[in-house]
Amino acid sequence: MFQILKKKELAENVDEFVVRAPLIAKKAKPGQFVIVRVTAKGERIPLTIADKDPEDGTITLMVQRVGKSTFHMSCFDEGNSLRDVVGPLGRPTEIKKWGHVVAVGGGLGLAPIHHIALGVKEAGNRLTTIMGFRRKDLIFWEDKMSVVSDRVIVTTNDGSYGMKGLVTDALLNLIEKEEKIDRVICAGPVPMMKAVAELTKDYGIPTIASLNPIMVDGTGMCGACRVTVGGEVKFACVDGPEFDAHQIDFDELMNRLRMFKDKEELAMREFQRKHCGCRGS
Amino acid sequence: MAKREIIKERVPVPERDPKERIRDFREVKLGYTPQLAMEEAKRCLQCPHSPCVKACPVNVPIPQFIKLIEEGKFVEAARKIKEENILPSVCGRVCPQEIQCEGACVVGKVGTPVAIGALEAFAGDHEASIGYEKIEIKKKTGKRVAVVGSGPAGIACAADLIKMGYEVTIFEALHQPGGVLVYGIPEFRLPNEIVERELRFLQDMGVKIELNFIVGKTKTIYELLEEFDAVFIGSGAGLPYMLNIEGLNLNGVYSANEFLTRVIFMQGYKFPEVDTPVYTGKRLAVIGGGNTAMDVARTAKRLKDVEEVFVIYRRSKEEMPARIEEVKHAEEEGVVFKTLTNPVRFVGENGWIKGIECVKMKLGEPDESGRRRPIPVEGSEFIIEVDSVVMAIGQGPNPVVVDGVKEIKRGKKGEVLVDPETLMTDLPGVFAGGDVIRGGSTVIVAMGDGRRAAKGIDRYLKEKN
Ligand SMILES: Cc1cc2nc3c(=O)[nH]c(=O)nc-3n(C[C@H](O)[C@H](O)[C@H](O)COP(=O)(O)OP(=O)(O)OC[C@H]3O[C@@H](n4cnc5c(N)ncnc54)[C@H](O)[C@@H]3O)c2cc1C
Ligand SMILES: Cc1cc2nc3c(=O)[nH]c(=O)nc-3n(C[C@H](O)[C@H](O)[C@H](O)COP(=O)(O)OP(=O)(O)OC[C@H]3O[C@@H](n4cnc5c(N)ncnc54)[C@H](O)[C@@H]3O)c2cc1C
Ligand code: SF4
Ligand code: SF4
Ligand code: FES
Repeated sequence: MFQILKKKELAENVDEFVVRAPLIAKKAKPGQFVIVRVTAKGERIPLTIADKDPEDGTITLMVQRVGKSTFHMSCFDEGNSLRDVVGPLGRPTEIKKWGHVVAVGGGLGLAPIHHIALGVKEAGNRLTTIMGFRRKDLIFWEDKMSVVSDRVIVTTNDGSYGMKGLVTDALLNLIEKEEKIDRVICAGPVPMMKAVAELTKDYGIPTIASLNPIMVDGTGMCGACRVTVGGEVKFACVDGPEFDAHQIDFDELMNRLRMFKDKEELAMREFQRKHCGCRGS
Repeated sequence: MAKREIIKERVPVPERDPKERIRDFREVKLGYTPQLAMEEAKRCLQCPHSPCVKACPVNVPIPQFIKLIEEGKFVEAARKIKEENILPSVCGRVCPQEIQCEGACVVGKVGTPVAIGALEAFAGDHEASIGYEKIEIKKKTGKRVAVVGSGPAGIACAADLIKMGYEVTIFEALHQPGGVLVYGIPEFRLPNEIVERELRFLQDMGVKIELNFIVGKTKTIYELLEEFDAVFIGSGAGLPYMLNIEGLNLNGVYSANEFLTRVIFMQGYKFPEVDTPVYTGKRLAVIGGGNTAMDVARTAKRLKDVEEVFVIYRRSKEEMPARIEEVKHAEEEGVVFKTLTNPVRFVGENGWIKGIECVKMKLGEPDESGRRRPIPVEGSEFIIEVDSVVMAIGQGPNPVVVDGVKEIKRGKKGEVLVDPETLMTDLPGVFAGGDVIRGGSTVIVAMGDGRRAAKGIDRYLKEKN
């Protein structure tokens, strides 16, 4: 059992958890994730290690509530324990001294982006972070990202905070101002990553995307997480989750994320029926 | 002993009616009652040269244990088996007896062979039902061994080592121990309860089991070697092979591992009572002809959404590697076999699989495996309409455990290479056995490896002193 030491609601439908997992905290590198099973009847869901504290033996998870498992997890409070947490999984981010790195994140993508940003800075890069949200009240971790970045640009779709527009508008802005960008790393909703990849491809900027396909074991055993990269089939949990964004078949990934949609909706309805009063309501 | 008369017909093992059993995941075979077991035991001729024993990969003393059953000494029978095989309830159920012990039985030459497997399962179950005796453990050696993986190889290795006086910790990647016994083989063939009770017994003897621990990730082999005097790798063959054909990544296309993990291991058949979903639609096809393919087909038959299940296999039924009993059970349960049929393409619509384009095959000359090579019949392409498909075409060892461990050599298929005698790898103190060194084998062979490695480890640690 893995105890939750701290829990905080970051924004509507987003929670931060600090979980006791000493072995994982010691090993975790940027880009890696864990597989969590909330209860004994739960499914195995992948969540990025957004931060770690090897001394305290804790890892930080950022969870966006999108369905049954993530809503159920948000019912858990400080002192409660998650049934299973296993990791660290996936390949660590490739980190070098490139020069100027731009990290682009939205929503659940901020989990990988935060940990990667820490590594990128440590390697001596200049780091610009672009974080996108729909509205002002959904913004979180601006403070956390400001600490690790040389510059943070926040975008909102409606212009209620920061720059009005999408993360790609902010990125295009930098490119048009002829800033030298040596590498872009992006994570978040698939359409966002696809848009970033299309943009940087035109300008020949090397770009990495952290993918979030459906997973089961997270150790290369099942193939649920397969994605096509450069025409080849890869298992995101062991070959990734980060890949060359210009080679990824994003449309296929989007399609595969729909695979259990009807079942997920059914699970969510059942959950709401049984858990009114808790978050599911 | 006076020469016995041969009783040609086996006492049948009671089984549940196919119509009833396909509605749940409970065990299909009901097993012998004490009466039936004693009656079947009478059929054994107690052959002095016992060919059956030689044909068992771990040489279970078959005539001896059967004699004990005949005499009504069921617990003694179980203990006799356990001298060589600690999991009689498991092996009695899942061993491919027809090509091992029973395949060599003398009675089989004139009738049906003695039901060695069913008798073994009976003895094991009987002993368990009255409770295990406490095993005496030798003086502690003060040395510690890490076992990677809690499948049959790891279980057998840990059991022997703890009896020899070593401190043993099993590290298991998944959240439940048992390996393929729990994540592959369905409950209607091997109830989880049986595996759980064997693992409890192991823990009662003092073996520690650490779950959610992936060696190679949570800690490396090198780190384990700092804490332990030796390491046994029994991490199995969990890497699924996939058909590299068009449409592989369409929705509704699974590996057998994913399908069985979802439905059996995560108990997705109880969805939405449990959270793990599986999508099948009404028509599901399985590609392959081995035990895994039969397990997938029979599992699918039991799912609420599924109406029709096909097995697509490129050779003929005679060449199928699956156990005869499994094929028979699958047929009884209404699985439709499409043999001499080879898939060439998955046909999709809006991102979902809709059909499998197949080509008819005919059998040519025998190939290296001695089986007749299937050749495509030109122009015979046709489409089988399906809503989902499961590929059960084999698997290889998962490299995660030895990633970055240069000293450990691996063969062409990724199998860990070991000394055939001691099962030690080229990294001193690290041993390996089971599917990780063979690519794929059987429960009893994996257990045999685990035991051999335990001996190897014992000798290694004694010599090191
Ligand atoms: C390597 C990796 C790291 C991840 N890290 C994080 C993280 O740090 N924080 C976080 O909140 N989420 C993360 N995710 C996504 C997270 O695993 C899913 O949101 C979660 O499994 C959904 O489960 P659910 O039962 O709540 O929702 P479901 O009922 O399964 O799904 C509800 C909706 O979410 C969509 N969805 C399902 N699975 C995913 C997925 N894997 N990614 C995106 N959308 C999905 C579905 O299409 C559906 O529309 C990560 C995924 C991967 C593969
Ligand atoms: C569907 C199916 C049906 C089968 N039916 C039969 C049958 O009827 N009869 C028969 O004799 N054989 C059968 N087999 C084959 C048999 O199950 C295997 O040969 C046997 O289980 C191998 O045992 P093992 O201990 O080597 O590996 P496994 O049983 O695979 O166990 C390996 C364990 O190691 C764990 N592991 C892997 N990597 C790591 C890591 N890095 N760190 C920690 N733990 C790790 C795995 O999670 C797993 O629990 C079947 C196989 C399958 C897949
Ligand atoms: S272990 Fe398997 S092969 Fe050996 S006697 Fe028992 S059932 Fe037969
Ligand atoms: S070969 Fe058959 S009859 Fe002879 S000892 Fe073995 S089980 Fe008994
Ligand atoms: S999640 Fe199973 S192989 Fe990647």
